[in-house]
Amino acid sequence: MLYREAGQFKTSYAADMAIFPIRQDRIGVIALLVFAFVGIPLLAHFQLWPLGSDYFLRAILIPFLILSLAAIGVNILVGYCGQISLGSGAFMAIGAYSAYKFGTGVHIPLEFLGTEISIAPLPMIVSILLGGLMAAIVGILFGIPSLRIKGLYLAVATLAAQFFFDWVFLRVKWFTNYAPSGSVAAPDFYFFGYLVNSPIERYLLCLVFVTIFALIAKNLVRGNIGRQWMAIRDMDIAAELMGIRPLYAKLTAFAVSSFIVGVAGALWAFIYLGAWEPLAFSIDRSLQLLFMVIIGGLGSILGSFLGAAFILILPIFLDQVPHALGVPVTVETVSHLVFIVTGALICYLLIVEPHGFARLWSIAKEKLRLWPFPY
Amino acid sequence: MVVFGQFLEVLIGGLLAGVLYSLVALGFVLIFKASGVFNFAQGAMVLLAGLALVRSLDFMVARGIPTWAAIVLGLLFAAVVMAITAAIIQRFVLGPLVNQDGLSLFMATIGITFVIEGAGQMIFGSDVYPLSLFPTDAWFILDGIFEGGLLVSKIDVWGGVIAGALVAVLAIFFQRTKTGRALRAVADDHAAAESVGIPITWIWFVVWLVAGLVALTAATVWGTKLGVQFSIVFLALKALPVLIIGGFTSVPGAIVGGLIVGAGEKIAEVYLGQHIGGGIEYWFAYVLALAVLLVRPQGLFGERIIERI
Amino acid sequence: MKADVQERPETASAGHVVADRVIGDVVLAVDNVSLAFGGVKAITDVSFDIRKGEIRAIIGPNGAGKTSMLNVINGFYHPNQGTITFKGKKRSQMRPYIAASQGISRTFQNLALFKGMSTLDNIMAGRALKMRRGLLWQALHWGPALAEEIRHREAVEKIIDFLEIQHIRKAPVGKLPYGLQKRVELGRALAMEPELLLLDEPMAGMNLEEKKDMSRYILTVNDQFGTTVALIEHDMGVVMDISDRVVVLEYGRKIADGTPDEVQRDQRVIDAYLGISH
Ligand SMILES: Nc1ncnc2c1ncn2[C@@H]1O[C@H](COP(=O)(O)OP(=O)(O)OP(=O)(O)O)[C@@H](O)[C@H]1O
Ligand SMILES: [Mg+2]
Repeated sequence: MLYREAGQFKTSYAADMAIFPIRQDRIGVIALLVFAFVGIPLLAHFQLWPLGSDYFLRAILIPFLILSLAAIGVNILVGYCGQISLGSGAFMAIGAYSAYKFGTGVHIPLEFLGTEISIAPLPMIVSILLGGLMAAIVGILFGIPSLRIKGLYLAVATLAAQFFFDWVFLRVKWFTNYAPSGSVAAPDFYFFGYLVNSPIERYLLCLVFVTIFALIAKNLVRGNIGRQWMAIRDMDIAAELMGIRPLYAKLTAFAVSSFIVGVAGALWAFIYLGAWEPLAFSIDRSLQLLFMVIIGGLGSILGSFLGAAFILILPIFLDQVPHALGVPVTVETVSHLVFIVTGALICYLLIVEPHGFARLWSIAKEKLRLWPFPY
Repeated sequence: MVVFGQFLEVLIGGLLAGVLYSLVALGFVLIFKASGVFNFAQGAMVLLAGLALVRSLDFMVARGIPTWAAIVLGLLFAAVVMAITAAIIQRFVLGPLVNQDGLSLFMATIGITFVIEGAGQMIFGSDVYPLSLFPTDAWFILDGIFEGGLLVSKIDVWGGVIAGALVAVLAIFFQRTKTGRALRAVADDHAAAESVGIPITWIWFVVWLVAGLVALTAATVWGTKLGVQFSIVFLALKALPVLIIGGFTSVPGAIVGGLIVGAGEKIAEVYLGQHIGGGIEYWFAYVLALAVLLVRPQGLFGERIIERI
Repeated sequence: MKADVQERPETASAGHVVADRVIGDVVLAVDNVSLAFGGVKAITDVSFDIRKGEIRAIIGPNGAGKTSMLNVINGFYHPNQGTITFKGKKRSQMRPYIAASQGISRTFQNLALFKGMSTLDNIMAGRALKMRRGLLWQALHWGPALAEEIRHREAVEKIIDFLEIQHIRKAPVGKLPYGLQKRVELGRALAMEPELLLLDEPMAGMNLEEKKDMSRYILTVNDQFGTTVALIEHDMGVVMDISDRVVVLEYGRKIADGTPDEVQRDQRVIDAYLGISH
């Protein structure tokens, strides 16, 4: 009886168009945000369960936030605009390596002109956003084929991006500042002069990014451009006949999506990994992101979070539960099990509930709204 | 002459390697034509077939079964594994997903890929398993014309021969057998085929089975060349750009596309790779496909479809 | 079919008697248009025009090329020969969204709604062209962007009221009954505030009641907003009832053109229709 919209008359279109038109949802989200911004840091500060050690922050919350952000980006392209992408990993890499270059100073020797382009190291926040920008630009380039080709053909175009950039960051030493091992380490992270170092600071930084971008994404998908994306996804020909320009709609989806994915890539490299190799952004990462979106819910911002949480927790769960039951399993078996469970779940959801966990969640809420009257 | 000889050597090697891409691409085309499914799992199927073959082979040889018998039994065993896989996929995934849009089906095959990779490696192991069905040394040909002759590796030739034989068998299957003809009918028009009483589910099973056997064939050659290992999945993924280049619905397209990709990437590697850092085989096929897409979206052999509304 | 044709005289005279309707100059001219798909000749050398403010029907047996004609008019198909002149501007090749931006909107024979979106969003999508705030404003969903969104929402709510679909405003369109989907599609087309509205069999598959409603909507739109309508319809009663002039296609050729009365008396038309009803 607590969760109900009865008595909440919407007095204006503005109120009707709010992100969370139902008051209980609003309260819930605010509570969640307060907990994330204040509660978790407090728990960590006083070393209370489950934040007694860094593990929970470092190994679960931080990657969860960053992957959620990446999944939001992928969801904009795949879930909202219907353009399949198997190359998100590459766009994370572009974000990461561009941010690395901007953060450590860009030098492009132009010997044949007898000059060089030199940019001094930029502040980290700027570098990360520029990383997103570079990813967006490349995203637009690889999105251009989507104007002539559809669906599955596009999958191959995005694979081209994936494999090409894997190679670029492995072979073109300029991107790694000629590090002999090919692996690079992120420079120290200053946030307006303040060194972001401890896990809780890193966590808060990610949280700020994710909150802002989730809000932006939500605003976009519920506005004019979001409707254009979905129109292209659902019936591209009709959309064009309604005056929606496929060029603009698709390329903005590629740009916005790649931007967010690029920023997530930079955060992944700088905040989560610290030091990384091109392998961190391989096709496995792309497929993982795609899975998050399918499992969480195509065309749902909330689903991006749910999917990221699931994909992240599954291996931990499959590792811990048999241990707890006294059945020892090897690391390999766990990773194979993860493959099987994820793959099977994808198939199952596509058959039974193509809108993923997000839809299950809204069905549950619907039930709750009627509770205790089951009709 | 030396320069030309080297070029010829690269070209021949590339074409023969390309034959295998054609083979895997053929598996894609079969499934795509018959059921409209763009099968991402083709590469995983090659891995599964290879694992089933090499592991059963090792098992039998270790128990003293003569090699030739072990090979025959191993091939049979792998074929059965592929048949079971086809049946499971048809029954539990594609059956329920019938009439869904292409994108959902495609994503489902990515799911299938993961299940196959996970289950295959869990059951059969996840190391590199050497397979030696074919000789792996090389011939030198034409040494009358070119100094030192041209190096042609035997396994590549074997691959070419086997692929050719398989295409011939498939052609006969499609032209001469009842099932094959039914398959072609389904590919042309699902609804019409169903209305004249062709059992669609059976047909789809057969298609997946044939694709599985094609995967097994590719696995024998690649397994011998590289050992049966996980990275075969990515090798087989190159069938995707092959299809883009050749056109999704065209069998000759798959074959020509494979040859173009095989030869193109070898030539690019040798003549371009040394200037820009090497290893471009890794992406060359995909970027080539991208270029083709921009110029001719339907591929070289695909027919252009005018959309309706 | 035959019965319909004979019944027409009474219905036609009792049809639209709207005093202040003004039929103006030619707004769209189709000149010698031909279109072929490979070997199939969908349209052969067809010319006709549509005047401002009129309801123009396009009729003909199945496969006559009616839908193809609409597709040519709004730039989805490019004719092999001939030209389209809209509001005095001649063109042969153009992208559909340009036709849309010039004021041509459309409904479809086999529903082409955006299935994953709500009724409201479908109709709002019809206003995409009219919304001008850039991405950055939309990302904020605030200030001018919010004001614009509300302004268009108001316009869309008027359409929703007009079509009497308030109760399904937030429902995903994919699950609505067929008749309602057709109505939502009309709403989406109206949201563009078109000068020329193309309707491809808006009443196909409807019962009598629904047909009456739909006829009423079309007449009101034409009447109150002066929207020019081109309409494909198989129901002769409706066609004779609401249209000002009729063009008849058969096997891609024009076989008659004129007022409902004239067309109906035309021997070739009678043959074409008798031909399919016997
Ligand atoms: N995209 C296309 N590709 C190939 N042929 C087409 C295409 N669109 C239409 N045709 C063919 O053109 C001819 C005219 O079709 P069209 O859809 O315009 O007829 P119609 O008058 O609308 O018929 P109906 O009353 O059945 O809707 C038909 O023979 C049809 O098969
Ligand atoms: Mg039609």
